This record gives sequence, structure tokens and C-alpha cells, in this order.
Amino acid sequence: MPASSTATAATRAITRPRRFRPAPYLLVIPSIAVLAFALGYPLYWQILTSLQKFGLAQQFGKPPAFVGLDNYRQLFSDPQTWAVVGRSIAFCLANAAITVILGVLIALLMNAVGKVTRLILQISMLLAWAMPVIAVMTVWIWVFDWRRGLVNWLLTNLGLDFTNHNWLEQPLSFYLVATVIVVWMSVPFVAFSIYAGLTQISEEIMEAAALDGAGSIKRFFAIIVPMIRPVLMIVALLQVIWDLRVFAQIRMLQDAGAPTASTDLLGTYIYRLGVGSSDFAMASALSIFVLLLTLALSSFYVFHLMKEDS
Amino acid sequence: MNRPMTRRRIRPGRALLSALAILVAAAWAFPVYWMLNSALLPNSVLTSTTPRFWPAGGSLDNFTAVLSQGSFVPALGMSTAITLTTVAVCLLFAFLAALAISRFRFRGRTSFVLAVLFIQMLPAEGMFIAQYKMMSTLNLLNSVIGVSIIYIAAVVPFTIWMLRGFVAGVPADLEEAAMVDGCSRTQAFFRITFPLLAPGLVASGVYAFLQAWNEFTVALVILQKDEYRTLPLWLRGFVQASATRETDWGQVMAASTLVAVPVIIFFLIVQGRLTSGLVAGAVKG
Repeated sequence: MPASSTATAATRAITRPRRFRPAPYLLVIPSIAVLAFALGYPLYWQILTSLQKFGLAQQFGKPPAFVGLDNYRQLFSDPQTWAVVGRSIAFCLANAAITVILGVLIALLMNAVGKVTRLILQISMLLAWAMPVIAVMTVWIWVFDWRRGLVNWLLTNLGLDFTNHNWLEQPLSFYLVATVIVVWMSVPFVAFSIYAGLTQISEEIMEAAALDGAGSIKRFFAIIVPMIRPVLMIVALLQVIWDLRVFAQIRMLQDAGAPTASTDLLGTYIYRLGVGSSDFAMASALSIFVLLLTLALSSFYVFHLMKEDS
Repeated sequence: MNRPMTRRRIRPGRALLSALAILVAAAWAFPVYWMLNSALLPNSVLTSTTPRFWPAGGSLDNFTAVLSQGSFVPALGMSTAITLTTVAVCLLFAFLAALAISRFRFRGRTSFVLAVLFIQMLPAEGMFIAQYKMMSTLNLLNSVIGVSIIYIAAVVPFTIWMLRGFVAGVPADLEEAAMVDGCSRTQAFFRITFPLLAPGLVASGVYAFLQAWNEFTVALVILQKDEYRTLPLWLRGFVQASATRETDWGQVMAASTLVAVPVIIFFLIVQGRLTSGLVAGAVKG
């Protein structure tokens, strides 16, 4: 693109280029192509299928009938759907909140301690971050194992009788275990991102605020939070999105011996509808609902972004 | 929240914070340690009533037992092929797109940025049936390419997002100055901007690597045959196979260690650059 020089660069800010330039379009084509192929078409199929009757018979070649919004009507007249949706939202918000709060606290800790201590803390976080989810699950299931698990042994030795206590049997303790695992896995990403934001705050500002008599809590909310707000917002949004569609962790915990009906979240419920019952129409309808739910939860961020972009 | 701020003046407070940091570090690393510890211990110790907290009397027997089954190496090969394909293609595509949205103003730019964000929200768990049907039609089931395409699509949006921050962080003035000095735009880019982007590419590459190496659901759906299993599928198969008898936790932990160790080593090597990469990326949001 030799056409561009400092002169045009200077005018670019004032007048938008009139001439059609193919370069940016050529640059985005590969990404758009792969996204359209691997995500766009499936999304189209999913929307279409959610408006059709599509079960096992259609899977084997019977043409699906268009039924409009019937699938959605049926889905939301089922109290089980609402139970799953309610549980998922509660689980998602609780996990995202705990993760972000712990992540911020650990980032502040990283920022506060000396170089060597920080490195130790960072390596420990990296270890947790790097662990593949399946490996994470096998370790934690072993730690919470009802017969020989470490947690039961520890609690029993502390004087509480947890001998042979099955953590996965009751939904509430099942979600407690799931929360411990999800938070353990997710905190490192938040901590590193926030820490990255914290290193951008200049010492002078903090010192000036301290000289002006601002206490540490006041400094945190009046200076640190506004300065790391962009990072904080995107991290919180990603946590909400990721925790709403948590799948592998719940699935593996269920495999380890939990009752599925009372522990299903949206991810596993969709999987069960689609793969278990071959009701692809219902699975698709619920997927579309999850998509809309995610959009609703994150719309505040998108609006913010659009405002900044324009 | 109170303490971090007073650290610079009060020494005892700082010592207390360091102690707290070490404690948090120990707590976070413990499950990883516990995996290694259990992998080294024989099953007779693991099934005794009192847990052993260090691998005294440990051996590599569990690893030998796992590896002697012969299914690990093919799974490792499969995972490596898929991961390398994903990382290479994803970095190239995402880099080009990031270049477009941070160096050019063009019609449809905002829509593209929003679409990239929107795609992050698609619930993957509802897509795999359609993806399975598509790959089945194209004869790409049980293939490196079939899985890689889906992984690339899954990773590219976030990678674009991340790289966009890095590309925007390199001032266009630098390139323009080089062009004034007689470089072509392409030359200016490769001599000036590209070296400055290296940390960003490393950070994005690590992200893509982790996603592809650890992914489970899509692999489960697309790779149906045992001989095409990736490492996470292999590990799950291992847990399932041992669940029919009483679980041999020593071997399961050894298998987990084998899956996790390549990732952890890779991660620790690039640790420094990753952190600085995140710093640079986060500034631009």
C-alpha cells in the first residue's frame, strides 16, 4: 500500500478516504471465511432447527416439519427448564462474582509484594491456569472422593464426621464443589489481567492521593477502580459468558456419581436434550435462548463499546 | 484492600502480605502438587486410611503402567498435530484481521468488531450437532483438519481481540517515519511494527495452544474412533476404563500428569513474555 504517506495520514483524520481500498477487506476475509464455515452455518442450522420438529426420525432422513415457535412454547411450559435456567443464572453470577473479587484481591497482592514473592505467586497461578480441564477434574474428584478423598480425611480429623461423605449427592454441595473447581481454574486469568492493569497506574498518582490524605479504601475506589475499569469490565463480562455455559466441569462431576436431573445446568441440559434424547429441535431452541440470555447479560458492555467506538 | 496500599511505608505490613501471598500460592498450587504426589505413590498407599503428603517410597511404576498400554503416544501425536495446525492458522488469520481493524478505517469495521465480540457468546454446546453433521457430510470426521477448523473458528475471535490491542499499541507514526525514510509500507511494517508485536503474538499463540490442547467437547463429537483420540479424550477413556473396577487413582493421576505436563512446561517457558504480553494487551482493553 505505497499510496499512503504522511500527508494522507494527516488528512485521514479529517476526511474519510473516498477511494475504495481492498486491503482491509482482503485482510479480514480468512477470518470471516473460517467463522462463517465453522460457526455461521451451524448457527443458521440451529435457528432453523429450533423452528422445526426435529427428532430421531428426522435424523434418519424424514423431512422436518416447520412448527414455528412451538418448540419454545413447549420448552418454557416445562418447569424443569425454568429450574435449570434459574440454577444456571445463580451459579453463573455467584461464580463470576467470586472469581472477579478473588482475582482482584490476588492482583493487588501481586502488586504489593516483592519481586521474588510475586514470581512464586505468579508461577502458582500459571500452574492452575495451564492445567487441562480434564486433568483438573480428575484431580479435584480425587480430592473430594467420598472414600479416600483428602477433604473428607481433613474434615474428619478436624473433629467433624465426614467419613464416607458423598459431596456430589446433594445439589447444594455438588454446586459447592463445582464452584471451588471453577473459581480455582478461572481466578488466574482474572488476576493476571487485573495485575496488568494495575502496573499501568503511575506511582505518582497514588503518592499524590496519599499525600492528600486519601485512605487506602478511598484510593482503591477513587483511583484504582476507575483506572482498571476497562480491564475489569471485559474480564467480568468474559467470566459471566464462560460461567453461563460451563459444561465439561459439570459433566465430569456428574460422571463421578451425581444425580443428573437435580444438578443439570444449561450446558449439560442442552447436551442431554440433543445427544441423550435426540431432540435436536428442543436442544436448538434452548441454545438460542442461552444465546439471547448471554446477549441480555452482556448488552451493557456492548453499548459501552459502541459509544466508545463511534 | 486495606493493606496493599500501606505497604511502601510500613515494613511489618509488607512481611505479612508476603506471608499471605506465599499462602495463596501454596493453596493454588496444591492440587497440581497433589496430582504429582498421587501419581508417584503406589495404590496400596493411596487406599490406606491416612493420606501421605510427600512421595516417600514413591516410584514411576504408575507412569510405566500407563505408558505400557501403548495408547498414549498416538494420542499425543494427534493432540500435537491439531494444536500446531490451530495455532499456526489462527495466528495468521487473526493477525491479518487485527491489522485491518487497527490500521484501516473501512466500511463495516464496527460491525466486524461487534461480530467478533458477539461470536464469543455463541453457546458452543448447542453447535456441535450441526458441526458434526457438517463434518460428516464433508468426510472430515476423525481427521485433524475437521477438528482444527472448528478450533480455529473458536479461537480466532478472542485472538483478534487480543492482537488488536497490541497492533494499536504500536504507534502508526513509527511506520510513517520509516516510510518517510524511504521504506515501502510493507517494509516499514515488517521492520518496525512486526518485531514490536512479538510479545502479542506469543501471548495469543499461548492462548490458542491452551484452547486446542485442552478442548474436550468438540473432540468427543468429531473424533469418534479410539485411534484418533486426542489427549483429553484419552484421559477420559482412561478414567472410564478404570472406573469399572475400583478406580486406580495412582494410574489416573499419572495419566493426568502426562496430559498436563507438556502444557505446564510450555506455559512456564513463555511465562515472562506472556505476562508482559498481557500487560500490553490489557492497556488497550
